[in-house]
Amino acid sequence: MSWWRRLRSSQLDDQLDRELRFHLNHHAADLMARGHSAEEARRLARIALGGAAQVQEACRDARGTRWLEDLWQDVRYALRTLRQRPGFTTVALVTLALGIGATTVMFTVINGVLLRPLPYPQADRLLQVQEQTRGTVSFLWGDRWAFAYPNYLDCRRDVQALSMAAWRWDLATVSQPGQAEYSTGVETSPNLFSVLGVAPASGRFFTPADDQPSAPPVMVLGYHFWQHHFGANPAVLGTSVVFEGKPYTVAGIAPPGFRLNGDEVDLFIPLGQNPSPSLQRRDRHPAIQVFARLRPGVTPLAAQADLDVVARRLAAQYPDSNRGRGFIAEPLGPDVGDVRATLWLLLGAVSLVLLIACVNVASLLLARAASRDRELAMRVALGAGRGRLARQCLTEAAVLAVSGGLLGILLAAAGLRQFVALWPGSLPRAEEVSLDARVLLFAFGASLGSGLLFGLAPALRAPARHVEQALRAGGRSLVGSSRRLHSSFVVAEIALSVVLLVAAGMLGRTMLRLSALDPGLNIHNVLTARMALSPATLASPAKIRVAWQEVLDAARRVPGVESIATVDTVPMREGNNPIGYGTSPDLPPDDRQPHALASSVSPDYLKVMGIRLLHGRFFDAHDRLGSEPVVVIDDVLAARACGGADCVGKRLWIAASSSPFSVDTRSPEPVRIVGVVAHVRYWGLAGDDQAKVRAQFYYPIAQVVDPLMRRWSELMSIAVRTNIHPLTVVAPLQRAVHGDANDQVLYEIHSMDQLAAASLARQRFLLSLFGVFAALALVLACVGIYGVLAYLTSQRVPEIGVRMALGASSGAVLWMVLRQSLGMIVFGAAAGAAAALAAARILERLVEGMQPATPSTFAFTIAVLLMAALVAAFVPARRASRIDPLKALRQE
Amino acid sequence: MPPKSDLPQGTLDLLILKVVALGPVHGYAIAQRLQQVSRDVVQVPQGSLYPALHRLEYRGLLAADWKATETGREAKFYRLTRKGRAQLESEAASWQRLTEAVGLILNLSTGGAE
Repeated sequence: MSWWRRLRSSQLDDQLDRELRFHLNHHAADLMARGHSAEEARRLARIALGGAAQVQEACRDARGTRWLEDLWQDVRYALRTLRQRPGFTTVALVTLALGIGATTVMFTVINGVLLRPLPYPQADRLLQVQEQTRGTVSFLWGDRWAFAYPNYLDCRRDVQALSMAAWRWDLATVSQPGQAEYSTGVETSPNLFSVLGVAPASGRFFTPADDQPSAPPVMVLGYHFWQHHFGANPAVLGTSVVFEGKPYTVAGIAPPGFRLNGDEVDLFIPLGQNPSPSLQRRDRHPAIQVFARLRPGVTPLAAQADLDVVARRLAAQYPDSNRGRGFIAEPLGPDVGDVRATLWLLLGAVSLVLLIACVNVASLLLARAASRDRELAMRVALGAGRGRLARQCLTEAAVLAVSGGLLGILLAAAGLRQFVALWPGSLPRAEEVSLDARVLLFAFGASLGSGLLFGLAPALRAPARHVEQALRAGGRSLVGSSRRLHSSFVVAEIALSVVLLVAAGMLGRTMLRLSALDPGLNIHNVLTARMALSPATLASPAKIRVAWQEVLDAARRVPGVESIATVDTVPMREGNNPIGYGTSPDLPPDDRQPHALASSVSPDYLKVMGIRLLHGRFFDAHDRLGSEPVVVIDDVLAARACGGADCVGKRLWIAASSSPFSVDTRSPEPVRIVGVVAHVRYWGLAGDDQAKVRAQFYYPIAQVVDPLMRRWSELMSIAVRTNIHPLTVVAPLQRAVHGDANDQVLYEIHSMDQLAAASLARQRFLLSLFGVFAALALVLACVGIYGVLAYLTSQRVPEIGVRMALGASSGAVLWMVLRQSLGMIVFGAAAGAAAALAAARILERLVEGMQPATPSTFAFTIAVLLMAALVAAFVPARRASRIDPLKALRQE
Repeated sequence: MPPKSDLPQGTLDLLILKVVALGPVHGYAIAQRLQQVSRDVVQVPQGSLYPALHRLEYRGLLAADWKATETGREAKFYRLTRKGRAQLESEAASWQRLTEAVGLILNLSTGGAE
């Protein structure tokens, strides 16, 4: 028998009917032949066969397709009943669609940012290789190091298990052709593209011949850069592009969407052509990253073993630089920073909302199931099995859940881009965030899971235990267990809402406190921008110093500019320079050295930033090359170095390797403290208190030695104090400083206001989302409380009628109903407060600058909840108090 | 009339297969045949006959066709499939073994007492 025929159950039922009729007729005919009257014969035949309906049921059960027929029947029944109650259905669907939609959006982002493999072919075969020191662990960097170039070359040659590629960022100006533009360049070994498994969009990538220092300079353009800087002109191949003042010939164009560590690259040049001496040294680690692909059939373990062999050999060969130094290979994964914690936090919060939505729908369904007691009891009496009824309840829930889920997916698809755009700063791997099979599976699972969750209570209740009672009661009496179940729903909803409300309250308090913090500088009317000098100046340190002086002079003449300074590291922005120091010439070893953030500045910096001078003086024109190296420290460093005594005039010693005042000294560099200034919240308003390195000192850019001048110049920014809105001076400033060759550019332009706001962006974003979730939870909980109480009260109408007929005042009835809800609310709030304490711990750990939950936070949020819940409870209570006893009794 | 025995669990299927093995037959005739052949000892509850037939049909042990009876009316005639015949043979054999064993034990107990 084919499935198709089995499915045509109505035809089968028809045949069964005919078969049984034939049996009855035949039996009756036999009985009549034995002398029974026609009527008597038919009666006896029917008795012998048993109840026709039961036999039919049993026959249907015997067919294996029973469950399928039932399912289809249940689905149709569910759809019909849902259509009959459009109000209920709409509320349930909207609630579910919101819950599942929001959860799906969060999961889609998590899927794109955290779960998807990197966008290279066979990304699971890719590794990142780093140097690792054993024994000595640096206080700041841990035990991982970027590669020394000679170490990379040896590994690439000798590790057979891997094909290895090296690359490093090289950010500089493209000055020809077109408008000068600061660009993201990458110096790379020729095989980076083949290791990652990508092919050029046009032209070619580098060959080993290109990697020779003497080879003609060639360049590969990034696809996006090619589009916006060259107007996607295919004739750009073979033409010349000037980068860092050096002409390159364009050889190829990278494929669209190609990224390294999540960032788009403007251009690629061969790493082997970099003339820097630090690339020839084994004791220098010029930020070279190494990616590797496992050769076919090789396991990561085997590759690691190969790396270990090479590391041991190099350690023996070059003990000065390589003793205790190994190479470690790890799977190449996305680098997403603290976004991971934020995402999981939000998924947690949104799941709570979904849970509340489920509880809400469950209580609605339960109320409906209870009012259908009579119908269900009738069906039990007519031979429906209890399992069958439970299954039907679950089917109804599943139909509701799947429809809600579909709506939710549509909502998620519509809202996804807006949500990603809301993300503070830029969401890493945002381009990977899209609906895919895994997301759909998740959404479907979440829908069915919620369906099971909210369908279970009514389904378990379905086997009406006392059929006769239910029939007699006419569906109006209330079984105690049902009331308890309803109450527990309210309790659960309130508890979940309390968790979200307390979290939102904590975030709100945190925002208030953090916004009120003194950043240590005057953030208003300050503009900061990184700046690249003309490549022509970079060759000579003297020219560089002159060029910066010219920039300062030109900028000071721009209308609206009050004062201007150069600075290498700007507070609250990315980039910092921690340097080890000591209060005596014998510095403790590297891993126990105290560190302070160093900034090289020009003399007006203090004025521009509005930092308070506490003791001594700031820098002036007398602090220059050749005079005694001087520093100005902040009060945090002062407290550490001098223990509260006056620091001015005392000396500090700076670790030799990072001293800006000399190169290649072996002993710590002594510097004179000439002033003490206020601490600046360098790590942002939220992050500064927990930062690893808080102490700060400043030194004059004029005292940086010549060999370091180029490197320092490449990292330089300008800071401008204005007497008009800082962003309005950007264009005139840009024109004033662009230089004779029109190739000096400002980039990464921010006002200090913007940087300060950005340092709180994560907290603000979390606050606004938690606020929305908490509000949603509150509304859902109130709807739930209202629904449950309205239902419970309507079931008690006759009882209330009797009470009132016996003399209960309407006030007493009001109080009776309110008291009932109050019990649930208080119990829920208590349970929620306990859960909120746990949630608060998680928030404190994951969010910088988080304020611990205080009793006042709890008191405030619970008061809000109590008010809202009581309002929701008041409406049905008031309705109950206005019941007309006569009408109520007549209902009985 | 002696009291009618209830059918031991699972024997109804075996009896139905045996009756159907004699030739295509409809449900009512199966009931009649079972009753007559067992000399009214075995009373087949008619209510469980049809579910059993349908179950056997679903399991592929029986096949069914609609055919005209001798009285000219359409009825559903069941016949044994090859799978049904194999099932009948193995079940009949095991039933035989079981009854023999039970008989032996019963004889032994009466003989041993004397």
